[in-house]
Amino acid sequence: MNDENQLHWLVRPSTIRKLWIGSSIILALTVLAQTVIYVKGYFGVDAWFGFGAVYGFGSCLLMVLVAKLLGFILKRPENYYDESEPALDPHSTESNVKENNNAV
Amino acid sequence: MPFEILSPALILLLAAALIGLVKGHARTAVILIAPLITLWAIWQVPDGVQGTVKFLSYYIEPVEGSPLRRLFATVFAIMVFVGGLYAFRIGRWYELAAAYAYAAGAIGVCFAGDLITLFLYWELMALFSTIVVWCGGTPGARAAGIRYAIMHLLGGVILKVGIEGVVVGTGSIQIQAMTATDFSTWMILIGILINAAAPPVSAWLSDAYPESSATGSVFLSAFTTKTAVLALILLFPGEQVLIGLGLFMVMYGIIFALLENDVRRILAYSIVNQVGFMVVAVGIGTEMALNGAAAHAFAHIIYKALLFMSAGVVIYRTGKNKCIELGGLFRTMPLTAACGIIGALAISSFPLTSGFTTKSMISQAAIDSNLMWVYLGLTAASAGVFLHAGIKFPWFVFFQKDSGLRPKDAPWNMGLAMIIFAGLCILLGVFPELLYALLPYAVDYQPYTAGKVLFYLQLLLFSGLAFFVLLPLMKRTMTISLDTDWLWRRLGLSILKFVGNGFFLIDALIERQRIRFQQFLHGIAVRYLGQPHTADSKERSMFARSWRVGTTTLWIAILLSAYVLLYYL
Repeated sequence: MNDENQLHWLVRPSTIRKLWIGSSIILALTVLAQTVIYVKGYFGVDAWFGFGAVYGFGSCLLMVLVAKLLGFILKRPENYYDESEPALDPHSTESNVKENNNAV
Repeated sequence: MPFEILSPALILLLAAALIGLVKGHARTAVILIAPLITLWAIWQVPDGVQGTVKFLSYYIEPVEGSPLRRLFATVFAIMVFVGGLYAFRIGRWYELAAAYAYAAGAIGVCFAGDLITLFLYWELMALFSTIVVWCGGTPGARAAGIRYAIMHLLGGVILKVGIEGVVVGTGSIQIQAMTATDFSTWMILIGILINAAAPPVSAWLSDAYPESSATGSVFLSAFTTKTAVLALILLFPGEQVLIGLGLFMVMYGIIFALLENDVRRILAYSIVNQVGFMVVAVGIGTEMALNGAAAHAFAHIIYKALLFMSAGVVIYRTGKNKCIELGGLFRTMPLTAACGIIGALAISSFPLTSGFTTKSMISQAAIDSNLMWVYLGLTAASAGVFLHAGIKFPWFVFFQKDSGLRPKDAPWNMGLAMIIFAGLCILLGVFPELLYALLPYAVDYQPYTAGKVLFYLQLLLFSGLAFFVLLPLMKRTMTISLDTDWLWRRLGLSILKFVGNGFFLIDALIERQRIRFQQFLHGIAVRYLGQPHTADSKERSMFARSWRVGTTTLWIAILLSAYVLLYYL
């Protein structure tokens, strides 16, 4: 408990739990509100119940997965294009190598 | 000379020179007052062409007013003022001077009445924005600045080729709507699109902007891409190819921003993403769409500068720019965090922010033109923007984990600049009529209907849920991502090296043959002309042998006798 009190109130596990609960309620409400508020659909599909929610979540999921997959091909260590001035002392090159190892 | 043909841009250009000439409070005064005078001057420009000047053999129109031009010039001038306020205490004078000259170029383009004037101001921007990149001061900034300059000078040449072609073809240097049908109009379109960071050269933006200084990137984020949008609206409204291109930019920006670890590079990719929305709108080309593009550009400059300011304060205070090293800064930087979040909400087009009232116009234009796939693409992209910029940026910088950093909050001037822009984001979100009144066409659009707000809330909040659910997949790594700049930074370099090696081999071959030939000649020389090594009678070359005196005398006698004999014959 003492440990928890030392943390900023915003990052205490109890607050975070409350935030998750609160956000879940808000999320549910935004979907349920569609029973009361008419969302105008323009192309058929977008008039479905909860379309915004599903479409938002789905497209984000897709984008994150595509990014993740592309990451396997495109990601390179920080110093891939090594443009720093040639190191003057051996220590700096050593630290570069260390950084590099951390990166992968 | 009549006063009307002087562009408001000249005020900023003069200010840029003055920044270098004066010091102390006088410099601060120039920095803060010049943009306000410029803003005043912008609103003094009436509609239509304000006189012509003979230049070479053309009649150029240095100043032409219209609501659209004034709108862009206005937001540029506001940007310079708030940017100047943000930067004047920590920015070096030459960086500020370059930024002001760069902004002068942007405002000059806004009022350019003909293609030649447009081109001159276009190059002014390229020149001084390069200097702003160089002001980053690191070896990385120097190299990125050179690549940036090459790209923009190349773009300038392509634009110039197009302009020459159009002038020769039509005999007119007027700025008027055209379609990309022949070589010269395509060249103009490509030249403009290079500045808009369109694929395949979009990498110049995310390459150069994050290398500039904390203050420089604020200026860089505003002008180049948005003048390109203005030029597209003026020259290529309704150009179909722009729709596909814009959608690609939108998606590309999101995906690459998701991969990125550098805070400002995330924001740089989201510029490409946001400009993509505007490019799509220009491609749709209806009055609603062009209004949307202009309004979105206006709002975008403000919230994007706000985001760069917030990132700039973090970099200025902590010296770090990687997501992996940051986090938990909300504790000691509440103002910067709050302003960053407002900017992030605005870019995500959250209701009550400027992004919502402007970006939704573009979606509406897609609906009105019955472009279902464009509409769905833009909607997915809106969700993606919330994902990559709306949550990712504030989350990784200000929350995430506790990085242990406890930097001070923003200095007063930076804080004030952020508050002004954050206030504008909300003002334009709550009272969109303020902006709608300035748009080129009459606005018949109501952003706040209950259904629309609910739809966007669903879309955005569930994207937010996706972010936190997928957070394990988005763990930042100390990496960069390959972009098209790989083509010229790696592939191009490899080809150059390969060609260089080829030349080196040929050179070595020639050198070897030369040495062999030299040795051959030397051998002959030694064989026939070589000097004796010592005084004794070792083996000598053919022409270097020494003869006995008797033999010599005998031969001389024989030769003389032969000569005398021949003489008498």
